[in-house]
Amino acid sequence: MPTPDEIYEQVLADETAKGSSPAVAQSRAKAARVRAQKGAADPTKAVAAKPAGGSATATEDKPADAKPAAAAAPAAGATAKPAAAKPAARGGGAPAKKAVGNGAAVPERVQRLLAVVKPEAIQKIERQPMDRVNVWPHLMAAELVALLVVMVALTFFSVVVDAPLRQLANFNQTPNPSKAPWYFLGLQELLRYWHPQVAGVTIPTVIIIGLFAAPFIDRNPSTRPDDRKLAIVLFSFFVLSFAILNIIGMFFRGPGFNFVFPWEGGIFFEL
Amino acid sequence: MAQAERPGLRGKASQVLDELHNSQVWRAIFRPGSIFRRGYADSPRNRAYVVMNSLLYHLHPVKVKRHGIKLSYTLCLGGLSFFLFILLTITGIYLMFFYRPAVSEVYSDMQRIHTQVSFGLLVRNLHRWGAHLMVISVFLHMARVFYTGAYKPPREFNWIVGVILFLLTLLLAFTGYLLPWDQLAVWAIAVASGMMENSPIVGKQVQFALLGGPVIGPETLLRWYTLHVLMLPFVIVIFISIHFWRVRKDGGISGPM
Repeated sequence: MPTPDEIYEQVLADETAKGSSPAVAQSRAKAARVRAQKGAADPTKAVAAKPAGGSATATEDKPADAKPAAAAAPAAGATAKPAAAKPAARGGGAPAKKAVGNGAAVPERVQRLLAVVKPEAIQKIERQPMDRVNVWPHLMAAELVALLVVMVALTFFSVVVDAPLRQLANFNQTPNPSKAPWYFLGLQELLRYWHPQVAGVTIPTVIIIGLFAAPFIDRNPSTRPDDRKLAIVLFSFFVLSFAILNIIGMFFRGPGFNFVFPWEGGIFFEL
Repeated sequence: MAQAERPGLRGKASQVLDELHNSQVWRAIFRPGSIFRRGYADSPRNRAYVVMNSLLYHLHPVKVKRHGIKLSYTLCLGGLSFFLFILLTITGIYLMFFYRPAVSEVYSDMQRIHTQVSFGLLVRNLHRWGAHLMVISVFLHMARVFYTGAYKPPREFNWIVGVILFLLTLLLAFTGYLLPWDQLAVWAIAVASGMMENSPIVGKQVQFALLGGPVIGPETLLRWYTLHVLMLPFVIVIFISIHFWRVRKDGGISGPM
């Protein structure tokens, strides 16, 4: 009968021959030695620990423990199955037979039934495997570039074009035309056609409420453009109509807010 | 021989730098994973630390979905809006040093910013063009969010916060428009606030409260100045915080489509 140290050397040699990494080989060899030492103290276990001829590897004993455990708790099948499957996968196919044969010699374990879980009650959390990348450096580098591009463009524009500063405010002299800031020019344009109650109050209110309510009006869960043509068309209509109204207000309105072509009458607009 | 053993200027510099990087002060300031810390190695652990251990960067998660960093998905519009807000805050603070919101002083202050203040005109240009650009970028950001369907559950609330932010951006731009107190500013505000008057029931009262009187006057300037430099930025910072926080809580960037 080999001494624990001999077993250690043998398992180490076997594992190294199999191509396991040194750390794995060592730990398996150590485990085998510990088992052999315990087996020497208790002769009934020694039978279970030592039976394999030739190369007794440390992992081969694990399924011997696990198999009866699975057999002892058939009711908790859902939970016991993975426990049995895992060591078997690790130890390879061979040990299963031996485990059955030596079942009686395996150290006894008290198995308790903790709970019977109905299969429907087991929640399966299916997290979509998502391809993720580190924010640093992938995202932050892109953000830095975007920031610098905008900063350079804005600085260049600010060096070349000066912000307007007209005469001191004079309440007795209305400039012709008087225009609202450009983002309200669409509304001012609408005021040409409709009553102020409609163009100045109702339409902005409807737009704001519509924007707030968009996620609750559009109940379609899909985000694919093909599935939401109506939403896209409606929103594009809103964006385009206000862009067009703003552009008309900016460039096509001259003195008296009358229509004028910018290439004929000039531009009556300052940002 | 002797020359080779004596450290050259470069050697001394690197020695001093080494000592600085090893000093307790340096290590106290830069937390593990900082790229300024000695021995930064490009490892997954350090990539995570860079984000986690920085007050500013940890607005970001450690990892994002790969499609989210595609330029064509976000066009960086939300981030650029935030950057423009920071830029406007900085340039705005600089302008505040030279600007008095009193009708008797304001226009001469504006002229002084243009002609006498160091970089005054450039800073004012940056502030004005940056403000217009922010209105555009916030709007385009909203359009992007709509077209990618990013307002759908669970992000409905963040869409609402975003619409509030858009309205606040418009209000900030609008209140700032009056402050130069020239013909362009005053009459643009006169036209726009004239629309408000037509609101049913509360229109006249709201207009009176905002203008500080029935028409634009000295009180309007002070009121809108306070709104522009203090109250609206205060409110928008709160909503920006909620907006960023909810982006993370709602599962990060939306999509893929």
